[in-house]
Order: sequence, then C-alpha cells, then structure tokens
Amino acid sequence: MTMIDQDPLPPRASTSGTTATRATRLLGLATIMSMAWLVAFGLGFSPADRDQEEAVRILYVHVPTIWIAYLAFVVTALGSAIYLFGRNHSLGFDRLAGASAEIGVAFVAATLVVGSLWGRLTWGVFWRWDARLTTTALLFVSYIGYVAVRRLGGSHHQRARRSAVIGLLAVLEIPLVHWSVRLWRSLHQEATVLDPGGDIDMDGLMLFSLFVGVVSFTLLYVWLLMHRTRSMAMEDLLDEQGLDVALEARRAEASGR
Amino acid sequence: MKRRQIIQLIAAKDLRIERHSRVVANQILPFAGVTMVMFGFALDSSDVLERVAPGLVWLATLFSLLVLVQRTFAIETDDGALDALRVAGVDPVAIFWGKALALAVQLAVLEVVLLGAALVLYGAEMHVGGVLLLVTTLVAATCGLAAVGTLYGGLAAGFKGRETLLPLLVFPVVAPVLIGATRAVESALGTAGAAVSEGWPWVGLLAVFAVAFGVGGSLAFGPLVDE
Amino acid sequence: MEDAGFIVGSYVVTFAMVALVAWRFVRHGRRLAKQVPDDEKYWL
Repeated sequence: MTMIDQDPLPPRASTSGTTATRATRLLGLATIMSMAWLVAFGLGFSPADRDQEEAVRILYVHVPTIWIAYLAFVVTALGSAIYLFGRNHSLGFDRLAGASAEIGVAFVAATLVVGSLWGRLTWGVFWRWDARLTTTALLFVSYIGYVAVRRLGGSHHQRARRSAVIGLLAVLEIPLVHWSVRLWRSLHQEATVLDPGGDIDMDGLMLFSLFVGVVSFTLLYVWLLMHRTRSMAMEDLLDEQGLDVALEARRAEASGR
Repeated sequence: MKRRQIIQLIAAKDLRIERHSRVVANQILPFAGVTMVMFGFALDSSDVLERVAPGLVWLATLFSLLVLVQRTFAIETDDGALDALRVAGVDPVAIFWGKALALAVQLAVLEVVLLGAALVLYGAEMHVGGVLLLVTTLVAATCGLAAVGTLYGGLAAGFKGRETLLPLLVFPVVAPVLIGATRAVESALGTAGAAVSEGWPWVGLLAVFAVAFGVGGSLAFGPLVDE
Repeated sequence: MEDAGFIVGSYVVTFAMVALVAWRFVRHGRRLAKQVPDDEKYWL
C-alpha cells in the first residue's frame, strides 16, 4: 500500500492564526509604554529650545524616525550581503533584508512629512533644497525602487539575488549622493544667521527625550521586523506549496487519475 | 579569449548594429533635440534659458539615457542574445564593459549634439578657457552614466513590468552626476559668472562616481542578469 | 499658539503612520497564518 494511492492527507492544523508570539506581545507592550514616555517628555516635561522654542519638540519624533530608517537600510544591506556571500544563500536573510527595507521606507516617509511640518515652523517653508532634505528625498525614492525590484517575480532565489545587489548598491549610493549634495549646497551657501539645519545644542531633559524617542522607535522597528519577516516566510512557503500543488495536479493528469 | 578582446568584440558589435539600424541617429537624437525645444517652450525666456542651459542639457541627456539603455538591451533580448552569451560562458564582466563602452560612445555623441543645441537654442556661449573643463566633464560624466545605465539596464531588460522600472532605479542613482556635470558645465561656459576653476572639484566627484559604478557595476552585472 | 497644531500634529502623523503600517503587517500576517500549518511556523 503506497501513500500515493490514498486520498490526500487532511490539511495540517493551524491553530495560531497570527504572527504574534509572547515575545512580540511583550515587545509591543514595551514599545507602547516607551512611546507614552516619549509623549510625556516630548510634549510635556522637556523645555522649549532657546532658538526654536516649542518646535524643537517635533525633533523628538523626527530625528528617531530617520535614524531608525538608516538602521533599517543598514540591516537590509547586511542581510543582502549575508545572502549573497554566505555559503548557504539562506532566504531568511533575503526576507530580513526585504522586510527591513519596507519598514525603512515607511520611516523615511514619516521623516519627510514630519520634517516638512518642522520646517514650516522653523524656516517658514515646507521644503528647502538643502543637503539633508534633498538626500533624504533621494533615499526615499531609491528604496522604493528596491521594494519594486523585489516584486519583479521569478523564483525566490532570483528575487533574493537581484534585491541583494540592489540593496548593496543602494546603501553605497547613500554616501555618494550625500557628499555630492553636501558639496552642491556648500558651494552655494546662502548665509543664514540662524541655521536650524545644523546640529542643535541639547542638554539634560532634551537629550533624554531624544533618547526615549530613539529607544521607542528601535523597539517598534524590531517589533515590525519580527511580524514582517514571519509573514514573508509564510508567503514564500505558500508560493512553494502552490507550486507543489500545481506539480501534483500535473502528475495527476499525466497518470490519468 | 582574453577579456579585452571580448570587450572590443561586444562594443564593436553594438556599434555596428547601430550603424546598420541607425536607431540612435534617427530616433533618439531627434528625441533629445525635441526635448530641448520643449524646454524652450516651457521656460520661454531667453535670460532664464541661458542661465539654466547646462542643467537642461544634462536633463535631456538623462531622459535620452533611459531610451538609449532600453535600446542597448532590446537588441539583446529580442533574440535572446544575452542569454546565449551567458550560457556560452562568456565572462559577465566583459559583457558589462563591452556594452558600457558602446553605450558611452553613443552617449558622448548625444551630449555633444545637445551641447550644440544649447549653444544655438539657448544662447549659451563657449569660450576657449573652458574647453578643457568641458571635455573632461563630458568624459567623466559619460563614463558614470554608461556604467549605471548598463548595470540597471541589464536588470530592467526584457519584460514590460520591468522596463518601466528603469527610470525609477536610475534617476536617484545618477543625481550626483546631474549635480556635478551641471555645475561643471556652468563653470566651463561661465554661466552666471561661474569661474572655470570652480568646476574642477565637480569633475573630481564625477570621476569618483564613474570609478565606483564602473567597478561596482562590473561586479554586480553578472549576478544581476543571471536568471 | 498655532504652533501647537504643528507640534501635536507631528506626533499624531507619526503615530498614525506607524499604526497604519503595524496594522497592515499584523492583518496580512493573520491572513497568511490561517493557511499555513503550525509546524511550518518557525517562530512557534
């Protein structure tokens, strides 16, 4: 009696209908609590800035979002490198790279939106063609391109290889674009008495609020990453199963069942 | 077969195909020219046009680059030629350099034509002191653009859903070239009082870019087109 | 002080975007998780 002749086995049980686990629930809770502290300190306890006054409060969310975006893109590059150059060419690293990039794109988008609000308050304009903003905008578009490349289709390894190359190039582009835009803006320096684009003097409570912001968003990043990578693993699995099912159907046709 | 020979063969093949089909000469160059005219319509002020002429030249170059790149890979995918080359075990680095070289030649011709159009249409003026800077800028920018174009063109080649990805991938990457080449040409032409000496740092940037993408591109090309 | 609108608005926008992304990730995960047997879920 061979297994092939029997009816297909009933589908294996799926009781966990979510990507959440105790770890993510704890992490999520920590994130929410941290965010609450951020709001309390950012909007409440921390003082106004000497120059920017209350607008500085925006920075406690704005700066963390871009820093975490950078972190996300570095993780993408690392995942890409490990996939490409590692012995196993493990798709898990490809998925890590992909998930991290998606999160990074979302964070850059938030950075650009909130940054324009901050700019409106401090400079009076929503946008300015300075080095930082321009580079951030290009960064945003670059990684949208990365995410688009991931959707080109083909086998999982084809996707992984293409994305890995693009991911590594994108991360190398960042300094190149940054330097060129920096050079561009520095040679055409518009003299400003007050240059809020530069680094701000922060002390005590302000630094602490920023620190809380960074911690909150890092926790958030990890939480998002865990959920997204798990979803991606399931997607890949279902792709493969879909292929198996199709192959099975073909074999069934061939043997005349 | 030595790598250098393969590069020469592939570049010569691409240029020979162009000589016979004349697609660049009959379609892409005119497109570039029309783009320059359209800029003239949109901006409609000789002062403004003269001031922004270098930028417009490089913008038109970038738009035309997209079409050139698609063309350079269309001749490969039409008959599966690229796949055949790869399956035959031809060194992908050599394929990259060969195609980049041919692309660079066509791009250089395009840029010279566009520059001429700017001199005629926008009233830009050449002076002798800026010629060296101009030529160096052209060479450095062309190398960088050809490398980027070949690399991403290889990725985007073939399927409709892919070709439309090319502009999105290429433009953020070549932003440094747009910035650097425009500023350098402004210095070379003396636009808005820019001095020739101010242009050389930009050429440096273009050179770094060209080297980075020349090397990076040749390494990345193989894995990228291997399907 | 109309600045307050921008400042609070920044926090609201940030948290709203974050919540949206989080919600979409979790919802997508739930849909997939129903179709995938538990023994294939490496995190369990």
